[in-house]
Amino acid sequence: MIESLGSISKYLGLPINSSSHGHMIDNMIGWVHWLMILLFIGWGAYLIITVIKFNSKNNPKANYNGVQSHYSQYAEYGVIVFEAFLLIGLSIPLYSQLKTSLPNNNEVHHVRVIAQQFAWNIHYPGDDGKFGDTDINLVDEESNPIGLVRDGNGADDIVTINQMHLPVNQQVMIHLSSKDVIHSFGIPEMRIKQDAIPGMTIPFFFTPTMTTDDFLQKINGTKREGKGYEIACAQLCGNSHYRMKGYVTIDTEEKYNSWLVEQAEYIEEEEDDDW
Amino acid sequence: MSDSHHEESFWRKYIFSTDHKVIGIQYGITALLFLFLGFSLMMVMRWQLAYPDTAVPIVGSLVKWLADLNGFASDGNLPADLYNVFGAMHGTIMIFLGVVPIIVGAFGNYLVPLQIGAPDMAFPKLNMASYWVYFVGGVVMLVSFFLPGGAANSGWTAYPPLSDIATTGQTYWLIGMVFLITSSLLGSMNIIVTIVQLRAEGMTWMRLPFFVWSQLVTSFLLVLAFPPLEAAGIFQLMDRVFGTSFFLPSGLVIGGEILKVSGGGSPLLWQHLFWFLAHPEVYVLILPGMGILAEVIANNTRKPIWGYKSLVYSATFLGFMSFLVWAHHMFLTGMGQGMSVFFQTTTMIISVPSVIILTCFMLSLWGGSIRFTTPMLFALGWMPMFGIGGLTGLPLGLSTPDIHLHDTYYVIGHFHYVVAPGTIFAIFAGIYYWFPKMTGKMLNETLGKVHFYFSFIFMNGLFWPMLIQGLGGVSRRLSDGGASYAHAQEFLHWNVVMSYSAWLLAVAQIPFIYNLIKTLLADKSPNPDPNPWNATTVEWTDTTSPPLGHGNFEKTPVVHRGPYEYSVPGESTDFTPQTQN
Ligand code: HEM
Ligand SMILES: [Cu+2]
Ligand SMILES: [Cu+2]
Repeated sequence: MIESLGSISKYLGLPINSSSHGHMIDNMIGWVHWLMILLFIGWGAYLIITVIKFNSKNNPKANYNGVQSHYSQYAEYGVIVFEAFLLIGLSIPLYSQLKTSLPNNNEVHHVRVIAQQFAWNIHYPGDDGKFGDTDINLVDEESNPIGLVRDGNGADDIVTINQMHLPVNQQVMIHLSSKDVIHSFGIPEMRIKQDAIPGMTIPFFFTPTMTTDDFLQKINGTKREGKGYEIACAQLCGNSHYRMKGYVTIDTEEKYNSWLVEQAEYIEEEEDDDW
Repeated sequence: MSDSHHEESFWRKYIFSTDHKVIGIQYGITALLFLFLGFSLMMVMRWQLAYPDTAVPIVGSLVKWLADLNGFASDGNLPADLYNVFGAMHGTIMIFLGVVPIIVGAFGNYLVPLQIGAPDMAFPKLNMASYWVYFVGGVVMLVSFFLPGGAANSGWTAYPPLSDIATTGQTYWLIGMVFLITSSLLGSMNIIVTIVQLRAEGMTWMRLPFFVWSQLVTSFLLVLAFPPLEAAGIFQLMDRVFGTSFFLPSGLVIGGEILKVSGGGSPLLWQHLFWFLAHPEVYVLILPGMGILAEVIANNTRKPIWGYKSLVYSATFLGFMSFLVWAHHMFLTGMGQGMSVFFQTTTMIISVPSVIILTCFMLSLWGGSIRFTTPMLFALGWMPMFGIGGLTGLPLGLSTPDIHLHDTYYVIGHFHYVVAPGTIFAIFAGIYYWFPKMTGKMLNETLGKVHFYFSFIFMNGLFWPMLIQGLGGVSRRLSDGGASYAHAQEFLHWNVVMSYSAWLLAVAQIPFIYNLIKTLLADKSPNPDPNPWNATTVEWTDTTSPPLGHGNFEKTPVVHRGPYEYSVPGESTDFTPQTQN
């Protein structure tokens, strides 16, 4: 029932859902909108009836006592019960599911995202599965925007700017932080959004369920045609906030792995340059 | 207590007056001008949103002149930097220089003493000081537009670190805010003391007009919520000017350079202090509007307000609860489960008294003999509009749907439904309703109705599409209206609809402005009716015909009954004044 009534959200113009948890958020948005629509229709109908019925022309003498029945009280109790259900029945349990049922460490792809004015630095741990250290003294906007220490765990790390690739149907855990001001990492189709706060690293997770190729197919013929997933900055962060976007590519596992290999080759090339 | 015997000089009478009525009108005129300025900024921004990076028509050269002055590149278009300035200043001006001053400073000042039967505010000189401190705050904000780098550009929320590293305009913003906050504190202390101390004989608490209750609760909110923001504002000022790090963590790298500060501060501390004010602030914006509505509805239905006591208790409870919901603006800052459960729960609880207040107003119509005067039209328009504003707050107040809706246009749509067709409609209702008290002249009803119907249509044309864009995930504060983002592509055409609605909304204000000016210039009838609406409350029944002298009442009123005794069975008229024995 939760699903079927929640599916009103299809008519609310939400972006196509491409994550495993997205339908929960959509259902919840749908449910709240049921309450809103019902109340608004009720109020609207009541208002129209009263302004006609109690127009001074139709009703020249006002009644001192006004409403005597208790229907309105029942309606108020109804609203309270509905809100309690939304809160206790849906929002609180869903939110805790979305935020705390942490995926099992072994099967999770960990990615660090470091926001800055006005770009998204994406940091992969590389073959060893361990993130290298960072040091702000090493930051160089051209060659090393996150100040990665290139030895030890960091030797094989992959860092890209505004290019995030992820495998489809696998859990992803993002560790989000910021170098400068507050940003907010949102991918509307994945129903995820998280503020990036300097001085804090905030983890959150999701599972993409549709590859970019499939998604592009789906939006063929719409005004969005040809434009795939993007990270959108949702928190005012300066004058180029409006175009602080990152490109997200959801791939099949093979394609994702070959992308990683390709990126790893770039690291070697870069090192050749240095020496 | 009638007119003072000696002739006061022009300056004492109209500029540095201590008469609450003059101060109220000073507040009203200043605030209306600021509302107009805030709206004008937005009309320019709406061009940029609908037609990004093209030259603004009509005022393009003005925009270019300002951009040049600020050091931004512009060919008559509104560049992103200046868009952010306009956005931040639109919010600041609308809230702190427009709505609060008009609804508390003007309406509160003018009406509270009259409605409770007092000769003036408790502290007339403090009252004058509060206006002039507000005035200085406004001037500081205005001057900041002409600085290099422009006025504040970090949003009305001024989140650090962005605001800490912003151009000089932000320093002026903070100084201006300190003045505005001080002004509000002086004004609200005055209102509280006036209501507690100066009620006329017989004006017991449960005989107070609901408007007075709304001002009392609002003043408590201001007195209790503003000091934390004032402190936070001074912290931010110190971060900017003296190199402290209240809101700056260690290890920031800005534009490739390590920021040379000691660090160790917390950007979230600001958000807590800011929203601890700013949530109660939204009730400051709406409660006095509800107060106006109660007066207008009772008068135009010719029957008592339904559930007066529920209204009073709900407003008081609302005021109290409004201090416990602030972090619902911060669900996505990484707060823990316990926090989010707490703040969602308090938010759902606070929605209950709001529903009760709206219900009381709607039930008040039942059994009435409704006169469709202009104030009443605005009051009737308020109900469904505030309804939409309140309802759209629900998904934002629940953390799960907020993941998708946070910081989108849904938020902008939500609070504009509350403050624009909400508070602003209440303000219009109040202006049409009390104008004859202030001036002795009635505003033209036909022009008033034209003003209402067109405002109603264009307000919806302006704010409804915001909800659609928000559900589509379009972020707020984007200076190209979303044109750069893939997911916004399907919603861009709404920007054009909204922009035309905004400009037409401006056109719809012409009958209002014309009406004001024409009526003010018209000859005054020699003996205007002191009570043209046949109202019951003291400000109508016990004053002389306008203009009222300093001191308000010829004879101190004595109150015998509640505020909304309309159509009392057995009485000869359909209104029984509070002071009728
Ligand atoms: C009636 C005409 C109005 C129009 C056309 C209008 C339009 C807008 C728009 C489009 C935005 C979003 C800007 C952006 O995200 O880039 C905005 C923001 C805002 N508006 Fe209005 N608004 C109006 C009235 C008001 C009123 C009456 C108030 C308050 C009492 C108000 C307070 C705000 C605030 C606080 C913001 C947020 C500013 C920020 O992002 O820092 N507005 N307005
Ligand atoms: Cu950003
Ligand atoms: Cu709030």
